[in-house]
Amino acid sequence: MATVLTDTGTHAVPTAGGLMLAPEDAERITGWTLKPEGMCREEFCVPVPAGMKQGTHIDVAAFWRHLGNPVASDRAGQTWVLGTGPGERQSALAGLQAPEFVLPDLAGKQHRLSDYRGQKVFLTTWASW
Amino acid sequence: MWQDLQDCLFDAPFTVIAVAEEGRGAEQARPWIEQARPAYPCLIDSDHRVSALYGMVNVPQCVWIDERGVIVRPPETAGSTDHFRRMDFSTRTLAPEDAAARLAARAAYLDAVRAWVRTGKHALPGDEARARMPVITAEMAQADALFRLALHLRRHGQAAEAGEHFAEASRLHPDSWSMFRDAMALEPSGLAGGAAFWDRVNALGDKPYYTPPDL
Repeated sequence: MATVLTDTGTHAVPTAGGLMLAPEDAERITGWTLKPEGMCREEFCVPVPAGMKQGTHIDVAAFWRHLGNPVASDRAGQTWVLGTGPGERQSALAGLQAPEFVLPDLAGKQHRLSDYRGQKVFLTTWASW
Repeated sequence: MWQDLQDCLFDAPFTVIAVAEEGRGAEQARPWIEQARPAYPCLIDSDHRVSALYGMVNVPQCVWIDERGVIVRPPETAGSTDHFRRMDFSTRTLAPEDAAARLAARAAYLDAVRAWVRTGKHALPGDEARARMPVITAEMAQADALFRLALHLRRHGQAAEAGEHFAEASRLHPDSWSMFRDAMALEPSGLAGGAAFWDRVNALGDKPYYTPPDL
């Protein structure tokens, strides 16, 4: 069982070594679905090189890098981060629409940036350190 | 200082959203928030997600977002200045003229925010906002992934291995003070302000720690 941190949250998934996942687990954590033509998200499909498959399983770390996205893992191969690549992030900023996030306050209440649509927002960071 | 802003703009469709970039979690931020008792949302970002999303590299940095959710000023220094680099380290105080200049810079920035809320002044046209947006490189994206991994490992009792990933993240993204400082061991004061911090600040030479905003 590995822990995978993605932009959508923290996921526990069974692996067959490395980040070799069953297609349904790969879909659950990445949003990409394995089809005969490759890994697909909505109408868009990316062929999967033969080396990235092992039986029915797919090497999600290798596929993620293949998409141009960052991957990090601990030495034990138990914890993985699947990040978002520079192209997608730069395009989002160039579009000028403020990237959405959901974060808790001290009481645990979740706040979504878009909850404040209709107001001017002064978004500022700070830290205790 | 953001509460003053919120108070004087109480009748405007406006809010401050303060995000605490606290890799050690909410309890680090709690005393500060409870003392300030802000009327605006004060959120806890233990993965530095907002910094990654907006390409921020230090605190405090801010982004101005209009009523449609459009960025009208990309990340910039929010009222802080580099005068701290010239403080008297024996008394930890600033020379009077530096203290005054620091306050003036902060006041000027707050005035600019108020003017924006009231009149729209200082909002940048789309092309200029785009031109000022941070450039996200492959190295920065990899650094963000490593930093998030390191934060997770530190929270789960694997500080030694976390340290290696923190170091690699800072190597790949040397402009990020937030990564560097949240990775540091804290002083008894709770600040990440030890010798390693000052060595890094001094190595900046003529380059700013807090880049002044171009208003």
